[in-house]
Amino acid sequence: MSDNGGASAGPGMTTTPDKTAEKTVTLTIDGTVVTVPEGTLVIRAAEQIGTQIPRFCDHPLLAPVGACRQCLVDIPDAGNGRGFPKPQASCTIPVAEGMIVETSNTTAAKAQTGIMEFLLVNHPLDCPVCDKGGECPLQNQAMSHGQGETRFEGVKRTFEKPISLSANVLLDRERCIVCQRCTRFAAEIPGDPGIALIERGARQQIGIAEGRDFSSYFSGNVIQICPVGALTSASYRFRSRPFDLVSTPGIAEHDACGAAIRIDHRRGKVMRRLAGNDPEVNQEWITDKDRFAFRYAQAFDRLRYPQVRDEDGSLRPASWIEAFELAARGLAAAGGVGVLPGGRVTLEDAQAYAGFARDTLGGADVDFRARPLSAEETRFLATHVRGASPVTYADLDAASEVVLLGLEPEDEAGTIFLRLRAVRDGKRIRTVASLLSAGSHKLGAELVRCAPGGEADVIGGLDPGAGAILLVGERLATSPGALDAVAALAASSGARIGWVPRRAGDRGAVEAGAFPLDAHTRDADQIVEATLSGDITALVVGGVDPDDTADPAAFLAALDAAGFVVSLELRESAVTQRADVVLPVAAVTEKAGTFVTWEGRHRSFPKTFDLPATYSDAEILGHIAKRFRGVDTAALLPRDASSTSASGRVRTPSVAGTFRLSTWKLMIDNGSLQAGDKSYLATARPAVALMSRDNLLKYGTTVTLTGDRGAITVPAQEADVAEDVVWFPSNSIGRGILADLASPGSMVEVSHA
Amino acid sequence: MSATLTPVLSATWGDERAWTLDGYRASGGYEALETARAMEPEAVVEMVKGSGLRGRGGAGFPTGMKWGFLPPLEDGKPRYLVVNADESEPGTCKDIPLLMASPHTLIEGVAISSHAIRAQHAFIYLRGEVLHVYRRLLAAAREAREAGLLGDLEITVHAGAGAYICGEETALLDSLEGRRGQPRLRPPFPAVAGLYASPTVINNVESIASVPAIVRHGSDWFADMGTEKSNGVGIFSLSGHVTRPGQYEAELGITLRELLELAGGMRNGRRLKFWTPGGSSTPLFTDEHLDVPLDFESVAAAGSMLGTRALQIFDETVCVVRAVLRWTEFYKHESCGKCTPCREGTYWLAQVLAKLERGEGSASDLDLLLDQCDNILGRSFCALGDGATSPITSSIKYFRQEYLDHLDHGGCPFDPAASTLFAQEATK
Repeated sequence: MSDNGGASAGPGMTTTPDKTAEKTVTLTIDGTVVTVPEGTLVIRAAEQIGTQIPRFCDHPLLAPVGACRQCLVDIPDAGNGRGFPKPQASCTIPVAEGMIVETSNTTAAKAQTGIMEFLLVNHPLDCPVCDKGGECPLQNQAMSHGQGETRFEGVKRTFEKPISLSANVLLDRERCIVCQRCTRFAAEIPGDPGIALIERGARQQIGIAEGRDFSSYFSGNVIQICPVGALTSASYRFRSRPFDLVSTPGIAEHDACGAAIRIDHRRGKVMRRLAGNDPEVNQEWITDKDRFAFRYAQAFDRLRYPQVRDEDGSLRPASWIEAFELAARGLAAAGGVGVLPGGRVTLEDAQAYAGFARDTLGGADVDFRARPLSAEETRFLATHVRGASPVTYADLDAASEVVLLGLEPEDEAGTIFLRLRAVRDGKRIRTVASLLSAGSHKLGAELVRCAPGGEADVIGGLDPGAGAILLVGERLATSPGALDAVAALAASSGARIGWVPRRAGDRGAVEAGAFPLDAHTRDADQIVEATLSGDITALVVGGVDPDDTADPAAFLAALDAAGFVVSLELRESAVTQRADVVLPVAAVTEKAGTFVTWEGRHRSFPKTFDLPATYSDAEILGHIAKRFRGVDTAALLPRDASSTSASGRVRTPSVAGTFRLSTWKLMIDNGSLQAGDKSYLATARPAVALMSRDNLLKYGTTVTLTGDRGAITVPAQEADVAEDVVWFPSNSIGRGILADLASPGSMVEVSHA
Repeated sequence: MSATLTPVLSATWGDERAWTLDGYRASGGYEALETARAMEPEAVVEMVKGSGLRGRGGAGFPTGMKWGFLPPLEDGKPRYLVVNADESEPGTCKDIPLLMASPHTLIEGVAISSHAIRAQHAFIYLRGEVLHVYRRLLAAAREAREAGLLGDLEITVHAGAGAYICGEETALLDSLEGRRGQPRLRPPFPAVAGLYASPTVINNVESIASVPAIVRHGSDWFADMGTEKSNGVGIFSLSGHVTRPGQYEAELGITLRELLELAGGMRNGRRLKFWTPGGSSTPLFTDEHLDVPLDFESVAAAGSMLGTRALQIFDETVCVVRAVLRWTEFYKHESCGKCTPCREGTYWLAQVLAKLERGEGSASDLDLLLDQCDNILGRSFCALGDGATSPITSSIKYFRQEYLDHLDHGGCPFDPAASTLFAQEATK
């Protein structure tokens, strides 16, 4: 039986309580002898012999509750020679040596059939119009363990339908069998208990918890684990029938965690995405970003054909062959080329960019980093990340201590967040940050308070144990000396380093060498500077949002200054508007590839859609390379890149102000891959400046932040941050703070608005 | 066994201002506490074990043995005593009068029991509707504390919010912790991880209130009363069609025939039709059970449960279908909703019964009812669902024909007003 409720039915997906349990127990289920680890629940033990006991509330990743009573079995011998007088819920009862379990004898079958009949008493049986119809555990198990005819002739309970639990999640209460999977998930897994049981008896229902709202970055999981059609996705509701969908496995492209997903599509269009089941990585959970943010690939402004700059200065459609040819000629004629692949490409694409820069262009500068960076980081990546022995999710589970450095897992690496939460008991988790974020609080983390820029000193003062893991976020690159301090700390303490970038392609690009591997090549900031100074006259730009870069104005100016720009993009952007050749690239569903997770784990995924004349970045670069007829290498090499230090721009605050700017990107923000799903975007956390109580009293609840790049007026709230620090999310309003305000860690002025 | 009252708990109820500390002390109150304090806690536990006191909340589990289940003190966690005063079962009305008349009996019992189990904090979870009792309990606890009787024991009196399920001990604990009152999965049992995940003893009011008398008179005194396995005395609450309804404290093993004699017989001399031995959750008895000894074993052997000794007496004017429907509506209303069979089953049962009472439906509906009950009994998460089936299965067992009469009659053949007090007075 399929269990599309995500309940991981089937023996291969079951979890056992403790992998380290050495003691085993042997029992007999339906006449078959099975040996399982001590403490295993009967329902799990039955899965080991391929017996699927019907169930609703049971979920292998949630604590047992025994509420639905569907999994009742007969236990004529509990292992002590005596049987249970009544049927027992197999989801709550652990195995015992010599136990005899009957899952389908007369007693068990009568109990299961009886419960199924009760469940359907108040169920509307509206399967023909229900989104879950066709993949519904209730429907399936009613067929397998229910009666053909109902004996209920009374009046069914009704509710107004549907109600919104959040902008994403709708609830049709009359379909709900109150198994509590959703409320238990919310409380146990992400720690967002915004939904709860309310009322009682037959009026019992799921509702918003008193004094809370269902604000969770992981809310979509409740839709997937709902064993009936009660919880639906606002954006998928009524859109398709499960049996019309084709499913393809995928890897989520929104962060460096490599979560397994299932892409459900119909007639060339992705209809929804679900969590895949990968016990080693994301288990059965994904973030809302991974689940809902896929419509960018179907956006109206998606580039569908190549374009080239016409004599009149406008972009005009071109054939692929013409575009390839013009790109090859333009680059060959350039005096120097910089290649900026961006951080969202696959390993294969990153290798192509690196190869294109080094081989085709004869040693052009290449850097995947489309964000603030530093020369220190370049060294760190080459020494401590590229080819490093992997630190895995399992290592996080086992580690005695985890230190978060420049990393907010809830916002920046959801899978890590959930993994850490699941194993937080008995583990010391510390976070070096300007404030204890809501996510860190849910991890039970201790705050090691640190103003932005002061990380190096604080890190030097940490004393992690040898079994500790230092999780280093990419943002640490903006704090001078911090990454060197991490390396020194790891060397002195024996702690291991896990570098956690934000983008799915970052680690693959590091492995592919798509960044400066020697001191004579330029990093991304230096490429921008060199373009402005005329040393570089052509740019090849992949998926880079100028507003993500260290100095958006400089980046845009560089695009204007470059004599020739080739843009490989999904959708129209500030880069395509300035490009001479625009080459539409395949979205992640339109190509096969590999993402390398923060761990270094290779996560390959197949092509979902096989579209004609749709090329990956790598294929496009290959076509250009084939047409490439040499380059004036004298114009490219050699040179000394150390004379410029573009990364210094990040460190030196150019506006004297009273506050140091602390920032990171919230999970749900204005990132370009998140466009297109209004319900999803509506669940974004509000963009609010956080400052100390005293400062809030002083400046009020609406403040103007003024930096060297502009001023923004935003609401402010109190938080436990230092007096001289103000926090604001990086990309939640306008063009983001790098373009509109200032660099992370620099000084900003705060005034009453 | 003679048909006499044996007032122990109720002995002082009629005394002058029995609910005050002075009134209680006038009859020897708090002397047992002094005695107990002079004893080692373990000796008090042994004394209660020796008395044979069994839980008075309905299940009849030996109280001393329950105390003995607490893990050793070494774990450093506090231990709690929780008194279940959430008396909500239809028909059950013994704890509330006891608390109203003599709250200090419970307070003294709490103090002795806390000493025995080494608890420093005791909670009394009281049914919230009985505001007057809440006030008396608060006053009694305050008086005792101010008189220095409690030592370092803290007593918290908590008023529930009116849910029957909160009388279930683990739901009570969740409610006491400020959560939604629904039964917990066991294990862990409360003795290991109860209130605030600490070792906890939960006892009924009458059980704890019995402890001072046991300490005062000795375990043999208590054990010598009652029957072989059901020792001591208990409060029998007679309600309904009896001449003098009320609380009758007597040794366990007394029969309804004897109790009716004490209560002046059936009201207006009418014939007994059916009765509950221990509240609405215990299967009905009829006039053929008048001589069943009311102790745990004999009542169970006769097919019911002693429960809370809440004897609701119904005479021949009462329609059993109507009575059962009312009880079933109660269970439907009070089902907490956690588990499927109780939540959906009670919802459905009430509809089938209502249909039968209206004279609609068919004889096969009786088999449907019995099958529904079979699918609830023993399948529910807690005993609430089991209790909901008792009146239905037992009434069909003894009064099947009366159900069928409704179908033949096209409605209830009884005059619902005939069973009322005002109807009887009008005919006089």
